[in-house]
Amino acid sequence: MNSENSTPALVRRALTVTIPVMCGYLFMGIAFGLLLQDAGYSFIWALFMSVVIYAGTMQYMAIPFLVAQADLLTVAITTLLVHFRHFVYGLSFIQRFKPMGKRKYYMMFGMTDETYALLCAEKAPSRESEEKFFFLVALFDHLYWIIGCTAGALAGQFLTINTKGIDFAMTALFIVICVDQWRAAKSKLPTVIGACAAVISLAGSKLLGIDNMLIPAIVMIIVCFFALRSKLEPLLLEGQAEGAEG
Amino acid sequence: MSTNTVLYSVAIILVIAGVTVFTRFAPFAIFGGQKRVPASIIYLGAAMPAAVIAMLIVYCLRGTAFSAWPFGIPEAVACVATALIHWFGKNTLISIAGGTVLYMVLVQAVFI
Repeated sequence: MNSENSTPALVRRALTVTIPVMCGYLFMGIAFGLLLQDAGYSFIWALFMSVVIYAGTMQYMAIPFLVAQADLLTVAITTLLVHFRHFVYGLSFIQRFKPMGKRKYYMMFGMTDETYALLCAEKAPSRESEEKFFFLVALFDHLYWIIGCTAGALAGQFLTINTKGIDFAMTALFIVICVDQWRAAKSKLPTVIGACAAVISLAGSKLLGIDNMLIPAIVMIIVCFFALRSKLEPLLLEGQAEGAEG
Repeated sequence: MSTNTVLYSVAIILVIAGVTVFTRFAPFAIFGGQKRVPASIIYLGAAMPAAVIAMLIVYCLRGTAFSAWPFGIPEAVACVATALIHWFGKNTLISIAGGTVLYMVLVQAVFI
């Protein structure tokens, strides 16, 4: 085995390529830990959630769910739709993860947006080291997230500053993702549909005095998508049609 | 925290974790054997993320009281500011930190 395939060399390389993710995960993890602590849940919860959930959006969404002690069906359906994209990520790695043995299961578990992006962009030094390199990238990203979340919650426990309004970090995160999607989108229609469905659903739930706007909004979104499919599908999948057929 | 709250909180977390693992494992389990992926799944996968994020923004803001002081002004200002900072700055961390700090200042020192 030559030197660039040795374990220390692979560890160094995996550390280097994951630096941007480290910055992002530590920051978002700390913000999450602070929010969770603010909602009355100690660092043990932050540690537990970052290990078993390991998903930014849903961990942030879990906070209002925990505070409201939301019904489990709403929690399950929201998670399913928020993570629908993971399904699509996985599709592109079916062949590459096949020879990975037991590590494959951890790779599937650790398929976050950022790890997906790194694995798409970064190449291992050689074919035979790819398995170990991919695993290290996924593992390091997970560790950054766990450290960030736990540190944030611990910091929140000792912080004496007024944290009123810090929960806006979650809204800000979604706005930032929305702006990025808006800029990259082949069609703005999905964003508009999502916003309209949510506003209608929110107005309806306030009118009826019920505290469940997500499921009706999701149903409206899916109905709209299938009603507009002939118009929207060619726009969204332009350039991919031949690949899907072949 | 009461025992019931703790148990129900663990249940919420495990449901999120379980469904998350399901979405990450399902493509390998269902299509690992070379089966064709239905076009409707590909289509929903492309259309869903943008709609879901827009919906979650509205969900996060659902508690805003527009009929009483301060009429949702801090939320509106902070949302527009976050979007503008990100539109021009394109740095995720700065946008989130900037928007959040602005909102905290607004609710703690300006609109009290």
